[in-house]
Amino acid sequence: MSNYYESEDLKKFGDIGNHGKQLADEFFKYYGQVTGVDGALTKREKALIALAISHAEKCPYCIDAYTTQCLETGANPEQMMEAVHVAAVMKAGITLVHSVQMQNHLGKLVL
Amino acid sequence: MKSAVAIKYPVEKTKYNFGAELRRRGIELPPLAIDTLQVNNSKICNQVCRHCHVDASPARTEKMSPEGIAKCLEILEKNPGITKLDITGGAPELHPDFKRFVEKAVVLGKHVMVRHNLTVQLDPHPKTGESMEYLPEFFAKHRLEVISSLPYYQPFFTDSQRGQGVFGKSVEAMKRLNALGYGVAGSGLLLNLVYNPVGPYLPAPQASLEADYRRELGKLGLAFNSLYTITNMPINRFKLHLEKSGQLEAYMEKLVAAFNPAAAAGVMCRNLLSVSWDGRIYDCDFNQMLEMDAVDRAGGALSIFSFDFDEALRRSIRFDAHCFGCTAGAGSSCGGVTA
Repeated sequence: MSNYYESEDLKKFGDIGNHGKQLADEFFKYYGQVTGVDGALTKREKALIALAISHAEKCPYCIDAYTTQCLETGANPEQMMEAVHVAAVMKAGITLVHSVQMQNHLGKLVL
Repeated sequence: MKSAVAIKYPVEKTKYNFGAELRRRGIELPPLAIDTLQVNNSKICNQVCRHCHVDASPARTEKMSPEGIAKCLEILEKNPGITKLDITGGAPELHPDFKRFVEKAVVLGKHVMVRHNLTVQLDPHPKTGESMEYLPEFFAKHRLEVISSLPYYQPFFTDSQRGQGVFGKSVEAMKRLNALGYGVAGSGLLLNLVYNPVGPYLPAPQASLEADYRRELGKLGLAFNSLYTITNMPINRFKLHLEKSGQLEAYMEKLVAAFNPAAAAGVMCRNLLSVSWDGRIYDCDFNQMLEMDAVDRAGGALSIFSFDFDEALRRSIRFDAHCFGCTAGAGSSCGGVTA
């Protein structure tokens, strides 16, 4: 049975350059500069941020890749799980804060 | 006595061809010296670690004979260029002649290192039931350098790899070593720890991981000197795990993609010889487990029973696919990173 997400496809990331090599090359150069080196943030901190976003965006490729990257930069499982909680609480907070919009509109509708 | 080499490993026939990679890059890796004799005195161990490249366990019976020990000591005595003896196993302390081997090597003025798994202090000898709790005092008396595997500063990874309860026992064993001065600044008694990943991924940078270990183990009142990061070799028990879990190819591709010429230049096989329990000589402990004998220029297998230092130094080191494990990223050796 076919799936929309195949773990084998992760290594085909470079294929985004098919039919658009120059833009892909620019993207991967940028990607490497942002995630591949220590900067104002360490590679470990960047990996934890990326892991959190992977969950928020529900990207199975990214979850696999950044779970490994977190381990290879020295993050421990507690730090990784806490990063996912940051993603979760942001998603929850963003949902909940929209209730202000709901309440504003409710105020307009109710006599 | 030299014998023809029986090659039991498909050298250079694998998809991941280390020799071809070296040639493609114009890299040559001849031996530079033989300053360390690494002796794997036995395969018996009190633990059964999931990644063990030796396939060591309490059930193993292979051990170096008294003649083999005597020959190693003779080699150390006759070759002043070999300044270090690195005793490994299994758990090398379980060998019946371990103490005598150490004592005589120390008398010869050699720097003696023991690959000590920590828990062997606390478990009774698997064969004899003898208590091993004397080990810290013995190490300190002879001022051995103690090198101990501790895959992580938390129980989860450590116990996953080395067995339930191993982290707690390792902490207790480290406390006993620390109490004698091991790992304590100014004592001169070295306690170095070894990290290796608990799966098919590369080690984190050694310096940052060492800082993490120092901070976290410090909270438990534990001290050590240095942390060595080591990459898991895709051989034996770990390779079997990778095959069963369908991860071998991805791991090999990771190692190959991370090939680092600077790490290659520092590989440990350029400075040591590895001796097996039966006296055969190898370029490293991993080649030993694959039975890839070190060979002289005539193709004869090297042995402690016919040892010639100059001939050994002129040998060509034998490489194969697993060598990508030593050259990936920052490199890997028994002393940590190589680049």
